[in-house]
Amino acid sequence: MLWYVVRRLLATIPVVGLVALFVFSLLYLSPGDPAVVIAGDYASEADIARIRAGLGLDQPYLVRFGRWLGALAHGDLGVSIFTGLPVSTLIAQRIEPTVALTVCTLVVSVAFAVPLGVLAAARAGGWIDRAVMSVSVLGFSLPVFVLAYLLVGLFSVQLEWLPVQGYRNLAEGFGPFLKHLVLPSAALGIVYMALIARITRASMLDVLAQDYVRTAHAKGLSTPAVLTGHALKNAAVPIATIIGIGIALLIGGVVVTETVFAIPGIGRLTVDAILRRDYPIIQGVTLLFSGVYVLVNLLVDLSYTLFDPRIRY
Amino acid sequence: MSLTQPRAAARRLVRPILRAAVGAIAAGAITLGALGASPALAQAGKVLRFIPEADLRSLDPIWTTAYITRNHGYMVYDVLFAVDEKFHVQPQMVDKTDVSADKLTYTFTLRDGLKFHDGAPVRSADCIASIERWAKRDVFGQKLAEMTDAWSAVNDKTFRLKLKKPFPYVLDALAKPSSNVPFIMPERLAKTDAFQQVTEAIGSGPFKFVKEQWVPGSKVVYVKNPDYVPRKEAPSWGSGGKVVKVDRVEWIYIPDAATAAAALNNGEVDWWQQLPPDLIPVVSKNKDIEVRNTDPLGSIGLIRFNHLQPPFNNQKLRQAVMAAVNQQDFALAIAGDPKNGHACASYFTCGTPLANTVGSEALSGKRDLERAKQLVKDSGYKGEKAIVLSATDQPIVHSQALITVEMLRKIGVNAELAASDWGTLLNRRAVKEGTDKGGWSIFFTWFVGPDMVNPALNSPLRGAGEKSWFGWPSDAKMEELRDAWFAAPTAAEQKKAAEEMQRRAFETVPYIPTAQFIIPTAFRKNLTGVINGPIVFMWSVEKK
Repeated sequence: MLWYVVRRLLATIPVVGLVALFVFSLLYLSPGDPAVVIAGDYASEADIARIRAGLGLDQPYLVRFGRWLGALAHGDLGVSIFTGLPVSTLIAQRIEPTVALTVCTLVVSVAFAVPLGVLAAARAGGWIDRAVMSVSVLGFSLPVFVLAYLLVGLFSVQLEWLPVQGYRNLAEGFGPFLKHLVLPSAALGIVYMALIARITRASMLDVLAQDYVRTAHAKGLSTPAVLTGHALKNAAVPIATIIGIGIALLIGGVVVTETVFAIPGIGRLTVDAILRRDYPIIQGVTLLFSGVYVLVNLLVDLSYTLFDPRIRY
Repeated sequence: MSLTQPRAAARRLVRPILRAAVGAIAAGAITLGALGASPALAQAGKVLRFIPEADLRSLDPIWTTAYITRNHGYMVYDVLFAVDEKFHVQPQMVDKTDVSADKLTYTFTLRDGLKFHDGAPVRSADCIASIERWAKRDVFGQKLAEMTDAWSAVNDKTFRLKLKKPFPYVLDALAKPSSNVPFIMPERLAKTDAFQQVTEAIGSGPFKFVKEQWVPGSKVVYVKNPDYVPRKEAPSWGSGGKVVKVDRVEWIYIPDAATAAAALNNGEVDWWQQLPPDLIPVVSKNKDIEVRNTDPLGSIGLIRFNHLQPPFNNQKLRQAVMAAVNQQDFALAIAGDPKNGHACASYFTCGTPLANTVGSEALSGKRDLERAKQLVKDSGYKGEKAIVLSATDQPIVHSQALITVEMLRKIGVNAELAASDWGTLLNRRAVKEGTDKGGWSIFFTWFVGPDMVNPALNSPLRGAGEKSWFGWPSDAKMEELRDAWFAAPTAAEQKKAAEEMQRRAFETVPYIPTAQFIIPTAFRKNLTGVINGPIVFMWSVEKK
């Protein structure tokens, strides 16, 4: 097991390296020049050329890639072309809101979706099942930003219970921190909740039809004990997989949520950087995301051993 | 479990879960209540929360021409001279100006008490270094540099400009209100190469920038500069007394307009700089919010042609397009409301001294598409494809593009819309090759009113060929007329030279002004002292 973890962690290095090469090449080939954006509307071509030279963007591909890789080897992600701030500082500023939003959404989604999926399977064909599935369809169909506006309209503008926008660090107090996360998490979590609830229901229905479930009932176990102790545990592998895949969805979703709720997170940092061609930020954030994906996949794989003793690494 | 188990078994499972869910919702509601009252009520008294027009990405207003960085500059830095609401140049950091009889020497004396935010006094050396750096980047500054023999410091408070020949626009250049503004920085920063960014923001202006609290893409924080000595005069645009009446200003960048509107409605922010036209009716309904047009000059939209490549290297075809342009349509499309946009058939910002009507019949006369079609035919146009660049993330650009493409097709021009984001458009417009090699035929942009008030600032009007602004028109006569304007010693002669330039422009059509429009500002009524001006100024604003 330990050797497996070490091997998987070592395998992340070439994966992240390939991602780095791919992203760098893609940015190099894509249209857009930060010097043009910086120089503004009035600039002459000579001005733009001088800014480009000042930023080192006039260097050949291999020189630029070599420099970036060399800096990366020393843990230096570079400096933002526009703000002049280190990319690591910008990521550090933005990581907490994104992690807080993602974790909050994940916890709330799993906490609600798994029991609802189990319930729906337990009462398949009944009104609870129909209600859960209807809400799931709604969750899939409703765009995040529409739900976000509806929630803001009700809870912020009408009722004035929660703030419209922004983020407060945990250091500013748990109350303000939580208040600023409730609506974004709800808006972001609905799709995720729908996805997990549906997968949980489908997986549970499959397991509940197995002989060993009937045996468990026959030996006198209570229904909740059968559902949670036998059925859910055996249905957990696809659920864990979908939770892992869902984290990728969440990271995509935070871009919209962070924009609507003006949360200064990694998603907005990425979009802003792409729009203005701030290459060092795009490269830094992509590396971060690829590392996160690899680690999440590893954690999901490891979680299988908890649910299914037959799986060994 | 068999799905045919008795319902009682399912109820045993369902009930505790439902109870838990109801409990969680109740606990959540209680927790929210305990977390405090409405955020609207939690505002501190002297903190001004402001939604700016864009995200502040760079701190150096000489390195970039971005308007948001210019606005940041007005917070942090001060200027030697500034223009007032009557377009008169007024001294700001300067106390006294002496001009020699031959008009070749200007001697400036700084007023007392000027200090940078790091505590150092403002010296002549700081001013000279700042002006010299600005003159390397700014179009007006470059002209001043061309006329300059030398800058020299007489002492720490007095410095001198010696000209090669008389130049009547010395003070106008030093009072330039919009990008790039000749802000004064400490010499150690102003010595930075003009093409490298200064990443500190140490000025002598009325606000201090709090760099540690700057979160690019989200928040910029300024605090009142207690050492700032305002002038005694009343504030008027960028001139006069800059009296700060709040302790702290927070620029909170909210990219989503609907969220920004909700935040203003809710009182989470006090002031929204630019209210999008479609949200004016929504925001205006709130009786605690005032929607106001504070910008007397507004902005000017324009259609820019590629003069190097077919089809618009053909002057007659450009004239045909001008014959079809209806400025009212553009004004309405951009501003959304006739109150906020109108026609301006002048190459100089309407409402400013050089605006005139010479030759303007070409744009303000009766619109006649049939005549425009005939002009297209007469131009010898062979049906070449016209690539019209647009940026969908810039509503002002995109609305102009949509109208223009439709209009071009109506008059028989083979127009193709090439939509992208603004960053891509900026890149593509630099391509000089033909449309088959990634080039373009038309793009759109807009300038704030102060950027188009005279020939020194109006870059698109120039005819310097490949050295001109994107589009690269060659027009030696236009350059001669521009030089004549620079040499004109009196206001009357300057006006006449500007009129001649305009007459020439309506004939050669370097670009077409589409409309003059205003984007209103919105603020909560507990704010007073908001200054009317072409730029957002934050001194004088008081929060009750």
